[in-house]
Amino acid sequence: MILAAFVLMGQRDALLVPEVSQHDVKVRQGFTGTELLLFGAVLDPRGQAGQGYDIVVVLKGPSEPVRLREKERFAGVWVNAESNDFRSVPSFFAVASSRPIDQIVDEKTAAIYEFGTGYIQLSPSGTIDPEQQQRFALGLVDLKERQGLYKEDMTGVSITEDVLYQARIDLPSNVTTGTYTAETFAVTQGRVIASAESQVEVRKVGLEREVEYASQNYGLLYGAIAVMLSVLMGWGAGRLFARL
Amino acid sequence: MDVYLPIANLSVNGLWIVALGALTGVLSGLFGVGGGFLTTPLLIFYGIPPTVAAASASTQVTGASVSGVIAHSKRKGVDYRMGSVMVAGGIVGAGIGALLFRFFRSIGQIDVVINALYVVLLGSIGLLMARESLQLLRGSASGKQAARRRHHPLVANLPWRWRFYASGLYISPLAPALVGVIVGILTMLMGVGGGFILVPAMLYILGMSANVVVGTSLYNILFVTIATTIMHSLTTRAVDIILVTLLLIGSVTGAQFGSQLAVKAKPELLRLILAAIVLAIAFRMFLGLFYRPDEIYTVYPL
Repeated sequence: MILAAFVLMGQRDALLVPEVSQHDVKVRQGFTGTELLLFGAVLDPRGQAGQGYDIVVVLKGPSEPVRLREKERFAGVWVNAESNDFRSVPSFFAVASSRPIDQIVDEKTAAIYEFGTGYIQLSPSGTIDPEQQQRFALGLVDLKERQGLYKEDMTGVSITEDVLYQARIDLPSNVTTGTYTAETFAVTQGRVIASAESQVEVRKVGLEREVEYASQNYGLLYGAIAVMLSVLMGWGAGRLFARL
Repeated sequence: MDVYLPIANLSVNGLWIVALGALTGVLSGLFGVGGGFLTTPLLIFYGIPPTVAAASASTQVTGASVSGVIAHSKRKGVDYRMGSVMVAGGIVGAGIGALLFRFFRSIGQIDVVINALYVVLLGSIGLLMARESLQLLRGSASGKQAARRRHHPLVANLPWRWRFYASGLYISPLAPALVGVIVGILTMLMGVGGGFILVPAMLYILGMSANVVVGTSLYNILFVTIATTIMHSLTTRAVDIILVTLLLIGSVTGAQFGSQLAVKAKPELLRLILAAIVLAIAFRMFLGLFYRPDEIYTVYPL
């Protein structure tokens, strides 16, 4: 049906049908991260296997504003000195492509579509000095990369028969909960010709959700329970070992 | 065994955390210290966010000191009056500590402050202990020590004296209260129980009789860490109850083995070992201050 519609419309846009293996990632006890499979089909406007299409997928976690502080040597001691604010820092960012990005699109296009950890729109605020801003942005991205939260995989998308594509993206256990967006782009001759978006919900469930909720909303009760737990365990162990 | 920590927001190997708890437990049983000074840096080293590490370690110390307090109170080794004065000071100190925590966080120097505190406190106390135990080990033949003055002259000058029978003292309650305030601040900032500061302070500044020092120190630690846990739960919301449980499983069992070992081992040797551990941590932190840190950039949520 959809295919037919596109054929009838007769436009030169490629057709992109994306899907994600899991739309609901549940963070519960024993969660050690998960692997998302982003897959789908890409067809040329005539509904046939296209030629020379490249696929880029970008998975982004919910954004948050952060302040980044830089350590500097002051009288021999490393202390926090300059700081810079970023208004939209994605908590997770992964990009995968069928070929290295610089072979697919030019730098300008890459920057527009955020094809790479170097092109994330972090919305810096505060300092106007572009050099300092860039230094901070690089530092932030580097930090997130080493935490496993930002990544690039230049050969992460595999395309079979010029139609079916798939990419695997690992979500580590330290991901932030919230709504993730998975964007898929079809690229040919340096231009993005089709794009599609789908969403993945990452949320805590069960005991993990209750614990977080209680700590945020019932601080006093939560603290009292933590105290009772540790007193009881300490006292219980003393009694137990006294008998042995 | 993978365990997900809901407040720290990451998954850890549960067995490692239990082993870490056991290690600090053995230490606390052996030496009568809470072990928080070891737990917090090791948790941070493992990748737990610093605030969560400090908050959860203070909760763990509560559990580790309970059985010690019970054991010492049975043999009348707790000066409740002295202890309660210190606890009152400690709760005030925890409040001040919470304000300081917020202040240093707002100017972005909290990690530097915590590091520097560790270096200064652990370094000086480690050196003191090492010197004393070495002297004892080497010169135990030389007989009696030089007569020590009972307590610090400043303490004697404070007004409004109370009698502390169990400690054998007639001093102003302001002195132990002040000690309590300082320990409370440190507990809140560093996630330590403060035993390694309290014991020398009680011995050398207040001049309490040695047989109630450890028990009273544990009594104080117990209540101050309870106050700090509540304070953290209300302000930083960083107590991770799952992390605490794992640490406690290790530390309460470790503490029992530690106290059994303590009966057999030579006390001077034990103190030398403790001094070495304390100095090693202080040295590691010291290097952290002066060498280029692993992370130049730190992220603070706005």
